[in-house]
Amino acid sequence: MLEIKNLHAKIDDKEILRGINLTVKPGEIHAIMGPNGSGKSTLSSVLAGSDVFEVSEGSASFYGKDLLAMPAEDRAREGLFYSFQYPVEIPGVSMVNFMRTALNEHRKYNNLKPYTAGEFLKLMREKKNLVEIDSNLTNRSVNEGFSGGEKKKNEIFQMAMLEPRVAILDETDSGLDIDALRIVANGVNKLKSKDTATIIITHYQRLLDYIIPDFVHVLHNGRIVKSAGKELALELEEKGYDWIKKEFED
Amino acid sequence: MSMVDTDIKTEQRYTSLFSEKREVLDKQVSQTIASHRNKSIRLFEEQGIPTKKLESYKYTNMLPLFEENYGYDFEHKVFQQDLSQIFRCDIHDLDATTVYLINGWYYRQNQLPNLLPEGVLIGSLAEYSTSHPEIFEAHYNQYAKNDEDSLVALNTAFAQDGFFIYIPKGIVVEKPIQIVNIMHSEGDLMAFPRNLVILEENAQAKILMCEHTAADYKYLLSAVTEVFVDKNAVFDIYNIQNQHNLTTNVSSVFIKQKEHTSVLTHNLTLHTGVTRNNIHVHMDDEHCEAHVYGLFITDKNQHVDNFSFIDHAKPNCYSEELFKGVLDDASTAAFAGKILVRADAQKTNAFQRNDNLLLTDMAKMYTKPMLEIYADDVKCSHGATVGQLDKKAMFYLRSRGIGVEEARILLMYAFAYEAVEKIRVEAVREQIRNLVEAVFRGELNKCNSCVLCDNDAETGFSCR
Repeated sequence: MLEIKNLHAKIDDKEILRGINLTVKPGEIHAIMGPNGSGKSTLSSVLAGSDVFEVSEGSASFYGKDLLAMPAEDRAREGLFYSFQYPVEIPGVSMVNFMRTALNEHRKYNNLKPYTAGEFLKLMREKKNLVEIDSNLTNRSVNEGFSGGEKKKNEIFQMAMLEPRVAILDETDSGLDIDALRIVANGVNKLKSKDTATIIITHYQRLLDYIIPDFVHVLHNGRIVKSAGKELALELEEKGYDWIKKEFED
Repeated sequence: MSMVDTDIKTEQRYTSLFSEKREVLDKQVSQTIASHRNKSIRLFEEQGIPTKKLESYKYTNMLPLFEENYGYDFEHKVFQQDLSQIFRCDIHDLDATTVYLINGWYYRQNQLPNLLPEGVLIGSLAEYSTSHPEIFEAHYNQYAKNDEDSLVALNTAFAQDGFFIYIPKGIVVEKPIQIVNIMHSEGDLMAFPRNLVILEENAQAKILMCEHTAADYKYLLSAVTEVFVDKNAVFDIYNIQNQHNLTTNVSSVFIKQKEHTSVLTHNLTLHTGVTRNNIHVHMDDEHCEAHVYGLFITDKNQHVDNFSFIDHAKPNCYSEELFKGVLDDASTAAFAGKILVRADAQKTNAFQRNDNLLLTDMAKMYTKPMLEIYADDVKCSHGATVGQLDKKAMFYLRSRGIGVEEARILLMYAFAYEAVEKIRVEAVREQIRNLVEAVFRGELNKCNSCVLCDNDAETGFSCR
């Protein structure tokens, strides 16, 4: 369970998040929508532990623990997953080595024995099939030379491997053609369970045709200004964001 | 046995030592080796020990390093102990023909496999200089540039032994030949190993040189390796340096290439005190191909200087250089890459790159491409970068649960990876991958890459 209270964050004295309140319970899917510059991506990177932003006020608790006090790696090990809008290319680090290191760091954190090479490869095969990622992608360096769609699929594959309790998908749909979007959405749906929650950050509602949210929130000027069910996404698609901007001008 | 420390000029100490020891130096070698000494010591004296005043040594002042009071091993006694009992090389698991040198002297109890192809000679330079004068004289001191580098001249003046490899026409030596030089003494020591490699037409060989220090004394190692690669031959030389911080290692490799040859040099400096690598490739015929690579990983106060000189003397040749450095703490390094494309060397392709990763604000890298092009139909490029660990990549790794330390290791390794992958011999590449990773993990000390450092080891072989 993720509980965000009155979260403020700034970069170079410019306040971007101005009091976010959000509670995400196991089994729920939340969509956070909003115009460009509303703070969607800032919210997700602050939660993931990026040190680009400074949290100036508020709190976030993750299954009872103070999320904001943890370094990024511990947030991941506690079960928070952040799917990057722009996954980073890391030439020279193979996907296999990357994932094996990540997984074993998670296991070490939880006092579990590291996976043997055999166990790991078996798991990797299973998850690869689950999210329909091509074998030769996992034989390459992390994201190196991947197309936009491949990078996003790779994020979902990593999510499948790490089995998070809460996943934040930051504009996972941007730049995806409809086939890739379907594969990504299928992956997310297959990984969904009553114990896991998903936060989908998106500008458009198309992804929400495939991943049906329980709640839709509208972020504007660093605050959640409107929350409703999935019908809100359709309304936004139809009317755009201008009416929100007008209604909540300050 | 060491040089007397007085106020006289450092160079003079070496020339006096030379005069004094002349007879001893000549004792075990052929007339050919002896006959090159006088001229070389003169060249050394004229040029003086390189300081930063010299363009080619702009970032490394050799003078203080030669001022130390080193002992010498000119009357080398054959090492009596069984080396294999006290010495082990990580790369030993490799299916290779391994020979040992001690202080640059060929270890006479080296066991060579019976399966070496017919006509292949691997052994002591001093011995082969006497037993095979016709091959030796044609090549010895023909490629080393005594008049361009005083340290090369100094080596020629003091040269006594080293390894000699001869691969006759058409012979392919499939297994890598691994040459392990161990500095072993009971006091500070200098050595001038001299090596000669000859590949006849259409021959192939790969050499793996491993430089090690076995005892905690100051060492000055100034080696020269000459290589002649005849038509259609293929040759690889990997120089793996894993020495302690008190070592000064000067390694000069001179390669002469004939038509349709392919050579690869790779200097991997994993640990050192001060290292200077000179790589000279002379493309003396058309359709030569040269791959010149390097990887250096430094920390503390280590200093590594790579100097390469690719001489495109003839048309239609290809050269490719890649040097990568990872510098930690207050270490410093330099790269200077000279490419000379002579007037009639049309259709030359020459590419050079030097990329460096600085891990601290104190580490310093000097990089200098030097291209001289006198032909007009050529393709040449050069580039150099100096950067830090990528913060975005760091965050990406951490966001997957990888801790800062582990992420750093992954990223450093990722940076070095490109240079490691240039190794053409797969088995060697695999071994080097592990060695490099061990260096980044801080798990490779000077001992466990080649020396089995157990507590029972003989005095002088223990690293503790």
